[in-house]
Amino acid sequence: MSQRILQVTDLKKHFPIRGGLFGTTVGNVYAVDGVSFHIDKGETLSLVGESGCGKSTVGKAVLRLFPLTSGQVVLNGTRIDDMPSGTLRPLRRQMQVVFQDPFSSLNPRMRVKEILAEPIRNFGLAKDGADLDRRVAELMDKVRLPRDAVNRWPHEFSGGQRQRVGIARALAAEPDLIVCDEAVSALDVSVKAQIVNLLQDLQTELGLAMLFISHDLAIVEHMTHRVAVMYLGKIVEVADRRTLFGQPRHPYTEALLSAVPVPVPGAARERVVLQGDVPSPIRPPPGCRFHTRCPYAFDRCRVEEPPLADTGGGHLAACHLNERPAAANPLLNKAPPTAFRAA
Amino acid sequence: MDNRPVLLEIDNLQTHFRTMDGVNRAVDGVSFSVRSGETLAVVGESGCGKSVTAMSILRLIPEPPGKIAGSIRFGGRDLLKLSDREMRQIRGNEISMIFQEPMTSLNPVLTVGRQIGETLRLHQGMSAAKAEERAVEMLRLVGIPEPGRRVREYPHQLSGGMRQRVMIAIALACNPKLLIADEPTTALDVTIQAQILDLMRDLKTSVGAAIVLITHDLGVVAEVAERVVVMYAGKKVEEAPVGELFRRPKHPYTQGLLGSVPRLGSSLTGETSRLAEIPGLVPSLKQKIPGCVFASRCPKATDFCVAVAPGLELKAPAHVAACHYAEKEAA
Repeated sequence: MSQRILQVTDLKKHFPIRGGLFGTTVGNVYAVDGVSFHIDKGETLSLVGESGCGKSTVGKAVLRLFPLTSGQVVLNGTRIDDMPSGTLRPLRRQMQVVFQDPFSSLNPRMRVKEILAEPIRNFGLAKDGADLDRRVAELMDKVRLPRDAVNRWPHEFSGGQRQRVGIARALAAEPDLIVCDEAVSALDVSVKAQIVNLLQDLQTELGLAMLFISHDLAIVEHMTHRVAVMYLGKIVEVADRRTLFGQPRHPYTEALLSAVPVPVPGAARERVVLQGDVPSPIRPPPGCRFHTRCPYAFDRCRVEEPPLADTGGGHLAACHLNERPAAANPLLNKAPPTAFRAA
Repeated sequence: MDNRPVLLEIDNLQTHFRTMDGVNRAVDGVSFSVRSGETLAVVGESGCGKSVTAMSILRLIPEPPGKIAGSIRFGGRDLLKLSDREMRQIRGNEISMIFQEPMTSLNPVLTVGRQIGETLRLHQGMSAAKAEERAVEMLRLVGIPEPGRRVREYPHQLSGGMRQRVMIAIALACNPKLLIADEPTTALDVTIQAQILDLMRDLKTSVGAAIVLITHDLGVVAEVAERVVVMYAGKKVEEAPVGELFRRPKHPYTQGLLGSVPRLGSSLTGETSRLAEIPGLVPSLKQKIPGCVFASRCPKATDFCVAVAPGLELKAPAHVAACHYAEKEAA
């Protein structure tokens, strides 16, 4: 049995909308509305979805960067969602984050050495000055930056190198869990490959648990173990990589996968093009949240919200279609959107 | 053989910028042509000069500090020799452009109808009423529901995908011969991107404009382009028809680029090996590089590559690459 690093149960985060004469709450943005998942040691769980689906909010909620509306977050067996921030502080060492934009997430007035030393000092990890220097040098080796670059400033580095500094900073605290919030999205193609390989190497080497938040499905498929698909604040499907990419059991996942342009000219495949836009999370649609764009929606979808249910082998999906026998389930009776061949 | 007439012909385009610490050779000797009704993709990573090339075609580069040299022939005229006034008659009329960020390229205080109508009134002398009628028609063409109502709305009332549709409507309002699309779907979500790519494909057949598509996304290239120009560090390093380029890339940079993108469906075929990395960084464009611009990162580079810049050579039918060691196929 592998070690459970993170367990999230029925997480909700609603942002109040203030308005009116006295600034009363006139509504809520239901950014995250009941999300549950877990991550084990050495495992990567990816959260995918389009902008506004709440995937970054989940990341920030797990890191307790703001108070939660409700739900439980258990990190290494300790419940942290209702912990006062003073008690939580030492536990923050166990969870670190790598942000999307390597240009705005490093302090331009700190040398790389100071950026990496700060978390080590914060959590009292170094015995003395020499130990601190040794740790900083080791971090530079880990992310494959030259040791003598520690005296340079962030602006002297390229985007990919800065992202390496960002990763080194996250590793400095010796965490068990790293949240990567679109950590490779801002990078160029060739540099992205370097960072993806680095993250995979580090995970194998250090046994890190990773919550990988991304909208890039090809990258997600390449580097993740399990995938959770979010739509309008809810997880609509969770499965291991092969199952989800091979046989999606939610129409949104199917559409999402089929929408990704593939670098194969003339690729013959069936594309499900969704009509319209994502509805507002202020007034999510009743019933299944996806029914307004779903090509298979029927009457029941408009009134009854489908639960996230096991469709077999730990493959969870929230869709009424999965209650039908396989022969009558339109999701199962066509080639998967990831199957294509060059014309 | 492609016998559509050549619409745009760029020859030895050099767009340089004078900066505090030297001349930045953003585009350094790029040549390519576009035929009527053709879709040409220009790909490369940030800083390779692809956007500057696009801006140079429309002469949107501020001069100084910029300086454009070479020639850009469009419909028998050299755009670089035209006066500002003549150039204004071409922009938005015969050549139009779609930018990446629809929010920053639309005017927030004008209705979308007014913004679509502006080009029509300016270039075709339409009356305000007639321009609005045509604006509604254009919105319908780009697939915006309830165009009669939307035409009176402001950009902030529209979603990202709809704003990009409005940008496309503005660009197509005057029936341009050439449409330059600079990363038109990069800021959009993947399901919306699919909608916009579908729309661009449909419009191409119905409107018949040639498209120069600037992008870094090889998936988008494979889906919409007919021919591809690969740029690196201000130079064209390879050009080929799209199928040929993806099947038999000749230049080591193109090979590296294709190897570094993970493929959707990789977990099913079991090919979840490591991604190919292109080591190192793009060189600074402020020093003149005597040899091959890619030599510092190229696995095949020799001393010869560092010393002598390779010229563009025909390596296979309609397939050119700038590499000393790329193999040549018998035509």
